[in-house]
Amino acid sequence: MTDNSTAIQVRDLAKSFGGTPALQGVSLDVEHGELFGIIGPDGAGKTTLFRILVTVLLADSGSASLNGLDVVKDYRTIRNMVGYMPGRFSLYPDLTVRENLEFFASVFGTTVEEQYDAIAPIYSQIEPFNNRRAGALSGGMKQKLALSCALVHQPEILILDEPTTGVDAVSRAEFWDILAEFRATGITTLVSTPYMDEAARCDRVALMQNGQFLGHADTPESVAASFRWKLVRVQASGDRARFLADTRALSASYRAEVFGEWIHVTIAADSPADAASDVQQALRDRGWADARAEPVQPSIEDVFMDLMGTDTYATT
Amino acid sequence: MQPPDSPQPAVWAENLTRMFGDFTAVDAISVSIARGEVFGFLGANGAGKTTAIKMLTGLLAPTSGEARTAGFDITHQAEQVKKRIGYMSQKFALYDDLTVHENIRFFGGVYGLTNKQIKERMAEAIERLGLQELVKERVGRLPLGWKQKLAFSVALLHRPDVVFLDEPTGGVDPVTRRQFWEMIYDAAAGGTTVFVTTHYMDEAEYCDRISIMVDGRIAALGTPAELKDRFGVDSMDAVFVRLARGQS
Repeated sequence: MTDNSTAIQVRDLAKSFGGTPALQGVSLDVEHGELFGIIGPDGAGKTTLFRILVTVLLADSGSASLNGLDVVKDYRTIRNMVGYMPGRFSLYPDLTVRENLEFFASVFGTTVEEQYDAIAPIYSQIEPFNNRRAGALSGGMKQKLALSCALVHQPEILILDEPTTGVDAVSRAEFWDILAEFRATGITTLVSTPYMDEAARCDRVALMQNGQFLGHADTPESVAASFRWKLVRVQASGDRARFLADTRALSASYRAEVFGEWIHVTIAADSPADAASDVQQALRDRGWADARAEPVQPSIEDVFMDLMGTDTYATT
Repeated sequence: MQPPDSPQPAVWAENLTRMFGDFTAVDAISVSIARGEVFGFLGANGAGKTTAIKMLTGLLAPTSGEARTAGFDITHQAEQVKKRIGYMSQKFALYDDLTVHENIRFFGGVYGLTNKQIKERMAEAIERLGLQELVKERVGRLPLGWKQKLAFSVALLHRPDVVFLDEPTGGVDPVTRRQFWEMIYDAAAGGTTVFVTTHYMDEAEYCDRISIMVDGRIAALGTPAELKDRFGVDSMDAVFVRLARGQS
């Protein structure tokens, strides 16, 4: 090992497909034992990055290493060291739960019995369905089986590509509980997700869009705190579309985006502390009699939209 | 049966049930959705949402109970139902190998529009989406968010009474996701009923009313404010977790 402190090291990695850039020179360091999240929509380049890291795709330029081992030169060693869960359901639908697990164990020259303790925290949840075909499992259970298969050779590093996509909110929360349990055992986990709210479950996160990282990797709290403006949230009863249009038309409003039952309004960073009451008055002056406005802490999603820039904003 | 003098709901179901063998996928659901309503259809994976949508769109016959979509009986008038609805999902939306132009022409034809109508509505949709430069581009090369917005416009080409959207914003970036919802509001304001599923709980807040399915039944139905009130919580996420966890 050349570098003991870093589990995953990526330097200036670039990859294009038929002239379309998927990765535009990204760099990343994931520490040992970290639960590291890459947050970004489909098409951001997350899958391309992960496929290069698990040695199934070659980069055009740049380098990457896992536990100090190079993804090109040392690919054989890396494959035994890494557990990979691809984004698309990757198990055999015609095999049962148990058969899938035994197959993946045999590929790595081990058995389910030998590895039972290592996979028990998650496998025990699907063990009652041992004889069910994998294709007949619900979304949440499929993800648990896929994770069990990725863990069956006791990998040092786990790489999980959108494990919670298409999974309901409850199963998503359960899946992250399991990742937290594995984190406690010292395993390094790199996970990607399009759900901004899942960032909070990671030690550190990096935001990704168009083959690049937006800003710097940091703790979810620090990323949220890096928001460059002031943020106010507003609410009023009545026609939502018209209220949004009126909020966007306020002179103080740089941008306004719907967040659940509120609208988040971005205002100048040097606005006075009581700027919310000015926003509230301005909305009431426009006829929204019960308009409410109050300061709000930015979330990861606010930061993401800000850093995405304005180019995608012009299309409606 | 619904009373004859009430305004006809866009979607109406009573005790709608579907069994597969001895497994009850959809268990006597009843719902009435008004014209122009944005209705959120939520539930955990495997709760029966897909089966219910298949019945309401005339693709699957119920085991018992009845339902009308766009005024037509889903069992005996399934073909009329299909003509009056639009449908899109994340998995099936448009053909990647066809251009923007070709997709619109193809679906316009499938929906039975005349060439003149297709031409007019294509121009309208392209203009609204700002896709003028990209009409000859293959859809597979568009960013996912644009593709989903185009797919929604295509599902509205024949001005359906009801449009069914099955997880239309999964994996879409946060800005485009919100633009998509602005399109939903526009459609609803024009009188189209929107029936939408999502795993994003913030999007549940954007619906006029929501139902949450648990084990084949509608476990809760109401406005987001009513549901939060009833469960004494402050977010739809918390309502969902309460219901879905409570049963398992």
